[in-house]
Amino acid sequence: MKNLKIMALALTAIFTFNSCSNDDSPVVEEELITTLIATFVGGGQTITLTSRDADGDGPNAPVITVSGNFAASTTYSGSVQFLNELENPAEDITEEIEEKDLEHQVFYQISNSLGSFTYADFDTDGNPLGLEFTFVTGANLGTGNMTFTLRHLLNKNAAGVSAGNITNAGGSTDIEVTFPVIVQ
Amino acid sequence: MRYLIILFFLLWFGFSSYGQFTLSGKITNEKNQPLTGSHIHTKYLNNASNPIGEFEINGLPKGELRVYISYLGYKTCDTLVDITEDVVLNVKLKPSETNLEEITVKQKVSQVSNSLAEQQISKESMERNSSKTLAEALKEVSGVSLLKTGTSIVKPVINGLHSSRVPIFSNQVRLEDQQWGTEHAPNFDLNAAGKISVIKGASGLQYSGDAVGGMVVIESTNVKQDTLFGKTMISGSSNGRGGTISSSIHKGNPEGWRWNALGTLTYFGDREAPDYVLSNSGNRELNFSGDVSYVKETYELSAFYSLYNATIGILSASHIGNVTDLYNSINNQIPYIIDDFTYSIQHPKQAIQHHLMKLNYLQKLDESSSISTFYSLQFNKRNEFDLRRNNENKAALDLQLTTHSLQSDYKKEWTQFSFKTGISGLFQNNFANPRTGVRPLIPTYVRFDTGLYGIGTYEIKEDLVVDGGIRYDFSTVEATKYYLKSRWTERGYQADFWGIIVDETADQWLTKPQFTFHNISASVGVRKDFQQDWKWLNNISLSNRNPNPSEFFSDGLHHSTGQIELGDLRLKREESIKFSSSLSKKWNVFSMEVNPYFHQITNFMYLRPVGFETTIRGAFPVWEFQQTNARLFGLDFHSQWNIHSNWQHKFSFAYVNGEDLSENQPLIDMPPMTISTSIQYKKEEWNGLLLELQSESVFRQHRYPDFNFETDIIVDGEFVPVIVDISTPPKAYQLFHFYSEMKFKAFKKLDTTIALSVQNLLNTDYRDYLNRQRFFVDEMGRNIQLQLKINY
Repeated sequence: MKNLKIMALALTAIFTFNSCSNDDSPVVEEELITTLIATFVGGGQTITLTSRDADGDGPNAPVITVSGNFAASTTYSGSVQFLNELENPAEDITEEIEEKDLEHQVFYQISNSLGSFTYADFDTDGNPLGLEFTFVTGANLGTGNMTFTLRHLLNKNAAGVSAGNITNAGGSTDIEVTFPVIVQ
Repeated sequence: MRYLIILFFLLWFGFSSYGQFTLSGKITNEKNQPLTGSHIHTKYLNNASNPIGEFEINGLPKGELRVYISYLGYKTCDTLVDITEDVVLNVKLKPSETNLEEITVKQKVSQVSNSLAEQQISKESMERNSSKTLAEALKEVSGVSLLKTGTSIVKPVINGLHSSRVPIFSNQVRLEDQQWGTEHAPNFDLNAAGKISVIKGASGLQYSGDAVGGMVVIESTNVKQDTLFGKTMISGSSNGRGGTISSSIHKGNPEGWRWNALGTLTYFGDREAPDYVLSNSGNRELNFSGDVSYVKETYELSAFYSLYNATIGILSASHIGNVTDLYNSINNQIPYIIDDFTYSIQHPKQAIQHHLMKLNYLQKLDESSSISTFYSLQFNKRNEFDLRRNNENKAALDLQLTTHSLQSDYKKEWTQFSFKTGISGLFQNNFANPRTGVRPLIPTYVRFDTGLYGIGTYEIKEDLVVDGGIRYDFSTVEATKYYLKSRWTERGYQADFWGIIVDETADQWLTKPQFTFHNISASVGVRKDFQQDWKWLNNISLSNRNPNPSEFFSDGLHHSTGQIELGDLRLKREESIKFSSSLSKKWNVFSMEVNPYFHQITNFMYLRPVGFETTIRGAFPVWEFQQTNARLFGLDFHSQWNIHSNWQHKFSFAYVNGEDLSENQPLIDMPPMTISTSIQYKKEEWNGLLLELQSESVFRQHRYPDFNFETDIIVDGEFVPVIVDISTPPKAYQLFHFYSEMKFKAFKKLDTTIALSVQNLLNTDYRDYLNRQRFFVDEMGRNIQLQLKINY
């Protein structure tokens, strides 16, 4: 009787599954990204923008630091790095994004026309990935917001997306961080 | 071998009494031609059918009655009928040279309540929904609506309430399948149900004292005749390009061995809305259930086992990252992922297994009393897979829930009074596997319950009956939960709950919260029968529901709604009083039932938005479980009109009004008003041809709380404030459904029914207020289904 066999198997399964039931260890959060570090090198200086959210989805807001001010009319070569610092040692998520480059894209936005971004790295289909970029400040001086957005499972072929316009990108947002910046 | 078909059609409002009952019916041959002068033989009276094949035997006492029906040249029908009310017994006699046998039994077992209308789901509804879910079959009852997450996760809503408020009982065992979750559908294969009843209230005290919203009681098929028969149903659907095969075999016996076995396989790919594919909405099920019982005059021993095993894809586009994504989804009205049709199921998905095992022993003490005792073991394994960056095939949520329960009931009947009492115990262990790498939605916990009840029915006069009951429940829960220290502080737990901290890590507290509850629930009711088939039932029920694990412990981000949901350790139990009345009347060709109710719930638990939190992913609205005083009232109406011997009209209407009395605003997620009308044409002579057209109108819900919120989205680097409209219910919609069937003989021996049906005939675009995915996609479009039912 096949049914009896299934039944016997299922009953065995019940007791086997049950045997691992007293594990009080804390969860090591593997899926979080806690930290974004954007590095700008240009004009003889290195500027680092960091957002660190040590409690993940917990109530505390990320801590944001900006190491210095940008200079006007300067070209910076930039890169962005993502980490999960809840794991020990910290996991570099950037590598995973590189591996699955077709599914990801980083978008940059800056207010008050303080500068412009161009992509410096591309996925295997030739579409932008955005872990590396070039940032050129204009002649305008002032303060503004610089926003980094990492989208997952977006539509890279939608209008404007390859030029860095996020409007039609879709997908789900893994990172969205805004830094207050000064161009002087 | 010769064969016969017996159909028992018992009336909805049957009712036990020691008075005089009538057995009536019609005797026909296979072609529905009346068999004039058939002999109907019982130990009290004999009778013969009249020229149109009808017979009637009056003055029968309550109890089991053996009936023999014979006609020359036909196989004699020998059957046991349980007389608890007037019974209609329509019998088709089969010519004696034929040699297959089929018996379909639909029989009223003991009612849950005498004073509360109990709605039975028709066999037709169960069969037509064979490839769908339990809840979809319940929808034919007015007052039942559906809470959906996509197309395959469907929960019943009874008079506006659902989930933990509507427990489901399978063969007396309460399904313990993480039912608190709105995205956790009942882990039950509809095909395994022999009989399903919906009780719109908490009067079933022999089952539980916390069924604030009502309950669904399922019994498996139990055949008392000496027979062996099988049934196979094959359904194929155009939408989802899949179907279901369900096959069962039943061995009946008045005494000795009885057994049943059933297997179901369901396989579907992506469903389709009228304008696009609902990517990743496929599902699979592989279910088995079986039981064996040994029956003697004074005792009955039975063993039951069922396995529900499902994999359900969750719409790709419903996985969103933050509020900006939610805002975009709501405003775009088109899902952000539309792939070509596929059968494969990607992440996110759910993989669920539910085992239920039960051993039951019933001992008859004498003619009027019995003791029944059962032990049951349930094991529920729920794995929810989310998108992972590294494609690892590891669940994001891995819950293993084991439930042992033991219950013993004693029943005694006197001429006018019947009494039932029982005691139950439950031990439950939930294990939230920490190796998922994701903080679990609910923690590991251990729960112990015990309950004691007594219910009685007193028949003052033949047309006036009162019933009542009282139940005491004790429950204690101890959880093992890690709190982020930041969350612990934000919740303000340090002052009230510092004592439950047992350990710490760098950023978390390990706590062991423990809760104990003592609850009293009660129910009283009266039933009055008037002249000319008017019946009036009134019931008032008091019930208490303890906070469930999600209400206590929820703590984190919900990916499909883009919100952070927080439980509260300070929640108190919910107390409900429901008054329900039912008035029904049967005329010759028209019958109707109207069921108004009024429901007051103190400490009603619900999620409400309380603010925002910012994470590295962006901003999220925070929803918190809070308590308020709620009031619901409403009306369900159902009528049936047999216009002509071939034409039948059915109508049902349901309205519920929910109000949050503390905030003076409507309750969230109340089902909108619905009207369903169907017209059926049936012609037995043409191979049992049946044609049915149904219209389903769902109005817009105008009563809803405004939980819309403002957030900043970033456009060209600037923050732009927008309103995220999560509250406004979708537009009203109207759907048409078509159903047709015919009966044939295949291979001269097999009774075969072929049914062709079309759901959403006009391929209408619509969204439903009670679908959690209404922010992302339209509902399913047209579905053409072909169904083959073979009895052997």
